[in-house]
Amino acid sequence: MTENPTTLGTPGNGNGRTRMLTINPVTRIEGHGKVTILMDERNEVTAARLHIIEFRGFERFILGRPYWELPVIVQRLCGICPVSHHLAAAKAMDRIVGGEQLTPTAEKIRRLMHFGQIFQSHALHFFHLASPDLLFGTDGTATSAFGAPAAQRNVLGVAAKYPELAVQGVMMRKFGQEVIQATAGKKIHGTGAIPGGVNKNLSLTERDALLQDVPQMLTWARSAVQIARDFTLEHLVELLPFGSFDSHHFSIVRPEDGALELYDGVLRAVDRDGHHLVNGVDCQRYLEVVGEEVRAWSYMKFPFLRSLGPEKGWYRVGPLARLNTCAFIPTPEAEAARQEFLGLTHGKPNNITLCYHWARMIELLHAIEGIRDLLADPDLQGTDLVAQGPRREEAVGVVEAPRGTLFHHYRVNRHDEVTLCNLIVSTTHNNEPMNRAVTKVARDHFTGKTEITEGLLNHIEVAIRAYDPCLSCATHAMGRMALRVEVVDPQGNVLSARQSE
Amino acid sequence: MRILVIGFGNPGRRDDGLGPALAARVAALNLPSVTVETDYQLAIEHAELVARHDVVIFADAARDVSAGAAYYLRPLPAASDQSGFSHHLSPPAVLHLAAHCFGAHPRAWLLGIRPSDLASFAEGLTPAADQNLTAAFAALVDRLASWQRDPAG
Repeated sequence: MTENPTTLGTPGNGNGRTRMLTINPVTRIEGHGKVTILMDERNEVTAARLHIIEFRGFERFILGRPYWELPVIVQRLCGICPVSHHLAAAKAMDRIVGGEQLTPTAEKIRRLMHFGQIFQSHALHFFHLASPDLLFGTDGTATSAFGAPAAQRNVLGVAAKYPELAVQGVMMRKFGQEVIQATAGKKIHGTGAIPGGVNKNLSLTERDALLQDVPQMLTWARSAVQIARDFTLEHLVELLPFGSFDSHHFSIVRPEDGALELYDGVLRAVDRDGHHLVNGVDCQRYLEVVGEEVRAWSYMKFPFLRSLGPEKGWYRVGPLARLNTCAFIPTPEAEAARQEFLGLTHGKPNNITLCYHWARMIELLHAIEGIRDLLADPDLQGTDLVAQGPRREEAVGVVEAPRGTLFHHYRVNRHDEVTLCNLIVSTTHNNEPMNRAVTKVARDHFTGKTEITEGLLNHIEVAIRAYDPCLSCATHAMGRMALRVEVVDPQGNVLSARQSE
Repeated sequence: MRILVIGFGNPGRRDDGLGPALAARVAALNLPSVTVETDYQLAIEHAELVARHDVVIFADAARDVSAGAAYYLRPLPAASDQSGFSHHLSPPAVLHLAAHCFGAHPRAWLLGIRPSDLASFAEGLTPAADQNLTAAFAALVDRLASWQRDPAG
């Protein structure tokens, strides 16, 4: 739960006093984060930061493990979107064993698994985590966005007031998990994808069980798009500036036509006007495109486009970015929804941060359309499951995870042991944008205030939640990284500092 | 009577796997009318599963087991105690969701088992936790048998 705000007076140095407000932990995101807002003696916000205070150690943890364990073991990074790690690692291992040209059955089983993952994750985020922000106002109505009482701002509050919506969220999440179970063998940490293919097809019994629920899921997905659309349009004046800023956008897209692609594609980045900054780059060359900056105050790195450098090359990933980078969505209802979505910004990239929710629901609709279409494909019952070819020692696997682009990069020696691992997860890509969103909201809503209310604190969290961050995935450095907390005055003088031991 | 045993926790974090280990032992008994579920954490979809049963036992590693005891078995109320762990729900929150979404009010218990090591990245229980698991499992089997004899018990 959100702690009560703590305001710390800090001795000045003759230039006045800077107050540091800490929100710790930020609730309803996966993992823990901490936000600090730096304010001067006039109660004006001078800066705000999202600190990452949790880390794992996967990049070191898996060194020396046999490569065939990777698709299973890397899922332990996350209990929420393990399929993304499962598939990214499996795609890298496909190349290690020379089996990247998957059989039709293997590729379609994996795509179905991934659509199940997108569907359940987007439903979970929207109904469980985001909907309280969208449904409740200060007085329990939606007359004002974001200001609901803290006790009401959770899925249990939604269930109490809108039980039919909560049921939809529960059942959509359950259906997505069932797709994953049918394709990966288990709902969490399955084993379906193996180097070069899959270890099972989809039986007719499994297919028919899933098909039975598709019409209902389609109906609910359409309804979810409508809820997100209506919320956006009804609160547009409030949402337009909320944590919003122009940015670049990054994702993979389908190589031949730039269509939305979640499982396999080439790299594309666009600027705020939609011009291509990167286009058609093979994912194996991602290091030529993306760099990562380290800053002392966060465990999480700051990725950027190398061609533009750290200062100008940061970008956003995830549903909003994907709808901005792609040329179209290759399923009809989601594409129609995207056309309406783009109409809001006259066909230009949408840079309204809270439009992540609308974009996420359009992808939810795309996922269930994709599931419906794949379930009709007899290749899912094929028996040719694994491909092989010449062995490699280095490979990159990339998917579009629910939260954005996910890179897995490995080297494997001749003894089959992993010797290098580099992961760039979705939330890491969004590090700079989340910090900018926090700063924007802090400046717009805290400046001049003397009392920090629960509603104002929630504004910060609403901006972060739009990105659906998974901080437990995003921090994977091993060892003791410096985490430095500073209180800085308007002249840049450090008034107080503390570093983790 | 439909009975559900949910063992939850992360078997990759040593004794945090006590819940799943308990569930595995119950599943091996293949008891009639007893459904066994295992997961890393509780989430919203468990509300639907819970709603389809009359009795639910949530099994988990628990730091608050009394000194000298191996486990506890406590009745659980439904409660709106949404945790700060985002997607993760507490057992009372799952019950709360089952009540509001599906109108279900199963009788529920929390079987908390004392862990020894929740910090290590390793599979397999510590010997101390394994002993506690054995005691908790025996108690649960007795309780399941009594429920099957007397559903109101």
